[in-house]
Amino acid sequence: MANIDNTGSTHGARIDEATGVETVGHEWDGIEELNNPLPRWWLWSFYACIAFAIGYVVVYPAIPLLDRGTPGLWGWTSRGQLAEESALAEQQRAGVMARLAATPIEQLPRDPALMQAAVDGGRAAFRVNCVQCHGAGAAGVPGHYPNLNDDEWLWGGDLKAIERTIAHGIRQPSDDQTRSSLMPSFGRDGLLTAPQKDDVTSYVRTLSGLEKPDASSGRGAELFAANCAACHGPAGRGDRQFGAPNLTDAIWLYGASREAIGATLTNAHAGVMPAWAGKLDPATIRMLAAYVHSLGGGEDFAPTSPSTPKVATDAHR
Amino acid sequence: MHTAEPGGSALLYQKRKSIFPKAVKGKFRSIKWGWMGVTLAIYYVTPWLRWDRGPYAPDQAVLVDLAHRRFYMFSIEIWPQEFYFVAGLLIMAGIGLFLVTSAVGRAWCGYSCPQTVWTDLFQHVDRLVDGDRNAQIRLQNAPWSVHKIGKRVLKWSIYLVISFWTGGAWILYFADAPTLVRDFWSGQALPVAYSTVAILTATTFVFGGFLREQVCIYMCPWPRIQTAMLDESSLIVTYKGWRGEPRGSLKEAKAAETTLGDCVDCNQCVSVCPTGIDIREGPQIGCITCALCVDACDQVMAQLGRPRRLIDYATLEGCERELKGEPPENVLKAILRPRTLVYFAVWCAIGLGLLFALGTRKHIDLSVAKDRNPAFMLMSDGSVRNAYTIKLRNMENRPRPMEVTLNDIPQAVMWSDDMPRSEADRSLVRVVPADQTEPMRVFVIAPPRTLPQDFHFKLRAIDTDGSGDSEKTRFDTPGESE
Repeated sequence: MANIDNTGSTHGARIDEATGVETVGHEWDGIEELNNPLPRWWLWSFYACIAFAIGYVVVYPAIPLLDRGTPGLWGWTSRGQLAEESALAEQQRAGVMARLAATPIEQLPRDPALMQAAVDGGRAAFRVNCVQCHGAGAAGVPGHYPNLNDDEWLWGGDLKAIERTIAHGIRQPSDDQTRSSLMPSFGRDGLLTAPQKDDVTSYVRTLSGLEKPDASSGRGAELFAANCAACHGPAGRGDRQFGAPNLTDAIWLYGASREAIGATLTNAHAGVMPAWAGKLDPATIRMLAAYVHSLGGGEDFAPTSPSTPKVATDAHR
Repeated sequence: MHTAEPGGSALLYQKRKSIFPKAVKGKFRSIKWGWMGVTLAIYYVTPWLRWDRGPYAPDQAVLVDLAHRRFYMFSIEIWPQEFYFVAGLLIMAGIGLFLVTSAVGRAWCGYSCPQTVWTDLFQHVDRLVDGDRNAQIRLQNAPWSVHKIGKRVLKWSIYLVISFWTGGAWILYFADAPTLVRDFWSGQALPVAYSTVAILTATTFVFGGFLREQVCIYMCPWPRIQTAMLDESSLIVTYKGWRGEPRGSLKEAKAAETTLGDCVDCNQCVSVCPTGIDIREGPQIGCITCALCVDACDQVMAQLGRPRRLIDYATLEGCERELKGEPPENVLKAILRPRTLVYFAVWCAIGLGLLFALGTRKHIDLSVAKDRNPAFMLMSDGSVRNAYTIKLRNMENRPRPMEVTLNDIPQAVMWSDDMPRSEADRSLVRVVPADQTEPMRVFVIAPPRTLPQDFHFKLRAIDTDGSGDSEKTRFDTPGESE
């Protein structure tokens, strides 16, 4: 233990016999350290790293100041790089966007690649502009916003109808092509008395088999023909011209219970959607329409290509 | 190696001792020549080998196709998700190194390591341009002159050509070699090709031309690991001190009173050493066991008429037997010992496992991802629809027609997003292009009041092979669970 030296001096240094190398002079429980020097090229690599670091600090933003960092000679910023890359991506998309803008939407399915590009672009645009109301899965919110996955469409479910709905919105007074209609508030405005409302409710619920016909629904049928059939049709199948929903199917945006239907008869509903024509460019609106149409309920689907070789299948069987 | 300064204080940084290894002839030099030829040929020629895979796949025998995420090696084609094959090969390479090290010592360092092979190559360039050891030392110490500058420029130019060729060969493993060479010289190759060649040219130039043994001694972890794996039965290059000592020249031997050992202190073993060590100091980290000192010493011993192999490829055990005068052990017995056999068994087991996995792997695969938002969809007629993203994978180099079938839920039908719902059926057929994955979006619709349940999609190739796959997934409905 004689060699322990807290002053850091190397008076205990000696030449190690086995290697011929000097020790650093410290000993810990018999373990000593050889004083092997680093190679000189290592030192030069170290200097080269310092030189590189100085160069980096000069040309790139590096030193934080009070409100911003030093800009660096090359003026590089991550925001600038993002803008550059976004511009490049825009440029690469320009061809597709131009073709989209020039192709009437009902002709899109004839070009499967363009259709696919539209669906993909629409998916991205939907996430930015539509999910706030319709939800990330486009399943809507019962009582508020319709589900876009199903096959029930208030204003039409083919590509062209969907595109128009998105472009001009629903019940937007500032847009002269907007989808518009107004169901009367039968209860609130005294057009139907409370018992009459009950009867109409009974009749409406028989249309989709929720209730069995009885005396109340019989009275309701007459009231329906007089007050409702103009828009909802004599059989209650709705009319897309007025956005009047089909009352005979299983889908009820505002609910199918007696209370819910009664409330609708009392106060009516008039959902709104913005007109996107002024906010989004026509190609984006076209992409959104293609995406919504692709969710599984789109109507008038024209098969794009015989990608399902039915005949070949049978031959192979 | 690093002795203290005479004054007592060591230098903080070690100046590199220039090494001018002398040319030598002998058994191990010949082995090194041959093996250098083999390794360099493997490296430079492999990308040019062709292998016919039909019209849908590249015909390069060994190709790492990063752009399309495929790895081709002769008849084997590996997809990214099968990277465990590559991992297996790397593990085999690792165990193989253990095996080689425990059997024949640091043979990797001495013969096969690229750093050794290229350093050897560059040292031959030195001899070609500057002459052998003494001429090299003379030129090094000579003042700068037109002659010296000319020699240096010539030597470094040859270094550069070799380095460029080395860097250039590397990129050929990553693209079709003939096309890439054409593109490279016509300036049409990708920037990454040029930068890779530039970087590898620079590293080869610096590591092979200048840093050489410094890489082994200071940078490489492998000498440390190998050193730890050696035992008294491992072959190492060693100096038989009991025979050689006390050393002395012939003149000193005459003058000496006692008999001197066989070592005449001619320093030939030191002058031929590519890492500049003195093997007579004993086994050390700087020794890559290239055995050139064995060749050099054998030459001298032969001239003096003394027994050869004063410096020898030997095991420590063998040396002890020789010292005691016992007959040497059978070489095979030294190599075939439990340690090497265990390494060999593990190495073989991994190899056989990989071969088995390769032979039995499926070339057709189905994967199903169910839509979770929304989990199910109530349609206007009360029926329930679920949506799935299905991927059909065809790993063969030919297009294959494949049929996806709904296996359960008797009344359900399905259609995909590129066909009208009116054509919905129990099965769908797609032709999956050669060597590709075909994604499909599939809607499955079941009558009202269907209960939530698990079911299977089945995939079958409807060509002659008829191989297939199936995957379980879930059908959600608003009804009560089963």
